[in-house]
Amino acid sequence: MEKNIISLRDVSVTFGNEQVLNRVNLDIRDKEFVTLLGPSGCGKTTTLRIIGGFLRPDAGTVTFEGARINNVPPHKRNINTVFQKYALFPHLNVYENIAFGLKVKKISKEKIKSEVSKMLSLVNLEGFEQRSVTQLSGGQQQRVAIARALINRPKVLLLDEPLGALDLKLRKEMQRELKKMQQQLEITFIYVTHDQEEALTMSDTVVVMNHGDIQQIGTPEDIYNEPVNAFVADFIGESNIMGGTMIRDLEVEIFGKRFECVDTGFGENNPVDVVIRPEDIRLVEPENAKLTGTVESVIFKGVHFEMTVNSGSFKWLVHSTKAAEKGARVGMVFDPFDIQIMHKTEDSV
Amino acid sequence: MKKIASAPYIIWMAIFIIVPLIMVAYFAFTSSDGAFTFENITKTEEYIPVFVKSIVLAAAATAICLAAAYPLAYILANMRLNAQSTMLMIIILPMWINLLLKTYAWQTLLGNNGLINSVLGLIGLGPYKLLNTRGAVILGMVYDLLPFMVLPLYTVMAKMDKSILEAAADLGCSKLQSILKVTVPLSVPGIISGITMVFIPAISTFIISRMLGGSSNLLIGDLIEMQFLGNSYNPNLGAGISLVLMAIVLIVMAVISLIDTSGNENEDRVGGARV
Repeated sequence: MEKNIISLRDVSVTFGNEQVLNRVNLDIRDKEFVTLLGPSGCGKTTTLRIIGGFLRPDAGTVTFEGARINNVPPHKRNINTVFQKYALFPHLNVYENIAFGLKVKKISKEKIKSEVSKMLSLVNLEGFEQRSVTQLSGGQQQRVAIARALINRPKVLLLDEPLGALDLKLRKEMQRELKKMQQQLEITFIYVTHDQEEALTMSDTVVVMNHGDIQQIGTPEDIYNEPVNAFVADFIGESNIMGGTMIRDLEVEIFGKRFECVDTGFGENNPVDVVIRPEDIRLVEPENAKLTGTVESVIFKGVHFEMTVNSGSFKWLVHSTKAAEKGARVGMVFDPFDIQIMHKTEDSV
Repeated sequence: MKKIASAPYIIWMAIFIIVPLIMVAYFAFTSSDGAFTFENITKTEEYIPVFVKSIVLAAAATAICLAAAYPLAYILANMRLNAQSTMLMIIILPMWINLLLKTYAWQTLLGNNGLINSVLGLIGLGPYKLLNTRGAVILGMVYDLLPFMVLPLYTVMAKMDKSILEAAADLGCSKLQSILKVTVPLSVPGIISGITMVFIPAISTFIISRMLGGSSNLLIGDLIEMQFLGNSYNPNLGAGISLVLMAIVLIVMAVISLIDTSGNENEDRVGGARV
């Protein structure tokens, strides 16, 4: 894609004794939808606040279109933010909230009026101009917050867990709308969330973070199918993560059984982490599989059944559209390309 | 359950608020021999200059308190939490000292032979007449009542969601702009209660004016006190003046809250013109 619009180089932040960001390096390309994903306390919001200008890094450089912006205050950055709890101005109505940024810039009244009505139609809130923001529902407040930020035509829009307070259905709807807006307006979106499903749905690039470190940067497909370590595998979707030994290229040993795989370059007889997604496991007759176990639980999840299979040394999570009988002995098979081999890390399960 | 729990307060209010108010009203509308009369109310007309002076001095003290307390509360609310509690302690500390003592202290400081004039004398200035002036009365009011302005303002500002101020910065406001466009309009409830808590005691004080203002700066409070305890003993007139004072305070407070609600709606325009 195009050039980088924002770059972080060796950015570190400490709060007291706590290292919140640890020499983070991140390039964000223009017009890209980037998601910072990680558990709470992983440094994703801190990264966003550094880009927004609300926090200065203790070390490192932040550049915006090639220029260093470490010391540029938020109001002088061509970046706007949708805050976690919306942070709407309670003393202003919907119109005044959205017009706020343009009013500060002393844009003419007529121009503001036409811009606000454009924004209101973008977020589907026509006719809400005179409403008090405190009387709006969560979803409506969310839309006002988005309109209030986008009216300034920022190059980059920062979104800090903007859908966290909405119910599931509304969240899905807003995910689609946000993605549509991003494509329509051709603005870079930097989105912070702890919801992996949200990250996979909307992003061009996902940045997985943990303990102030970036774990992996990649497309949603990469992150899901080729997690680089156990943390990423565990955080992105449900998975079976276990220790194994790489016998040689294309062969791995799990629980004493050898399996063909597609990974190379892990050396010979090296300990590795192995991840197998629950939906990649097929249940067969015990005599047809190297791995067998007893079905411990079967839970109906709507689209599929979630089953736990105890193989003695490990409890396997299996997703299937067909339910096995509880207590039955089953065999488990999977294809070579469904086995993902990863280097061992401190976070290994 | 609710009823039983609230009974003590209702009884308390009845005995110590409602009954005294009725008594004040009764005295105000009767003459010394118990006959119904409006005389006590109409007679307060003689004291209009005292009322005016009281209102002017109390308003001046309230304005000074607001001007001094607002920046203080703002700085306080944005300090580190530890520093906040230390500073609050320092601000509240004078409230633990008896009002009479504090006012005596000012009397000593401001007197012709007081500390301030002595120091000024050393560098060849003065002595100035500091005591028994309007300025001294206002100073005393401000000194005694400043914490009552700081506290409500601080409470409102400390509770203010910091992300709202960040949003203002995000949308292009400088520090000053976000104070004018966001902090001030959102602290209106604190401003109202601060004004209430300073103006009412200031307009009805009699100790401060008596001790720092001298005989030429009598306020309504002094006037009322004289009717009950002084040579011109006349509790009926005292009650009448009290009733008029209450009415004035009520009207002033009503006007303030009216200005504030309309100011709130028009804030945007006002703020826009200011910036």
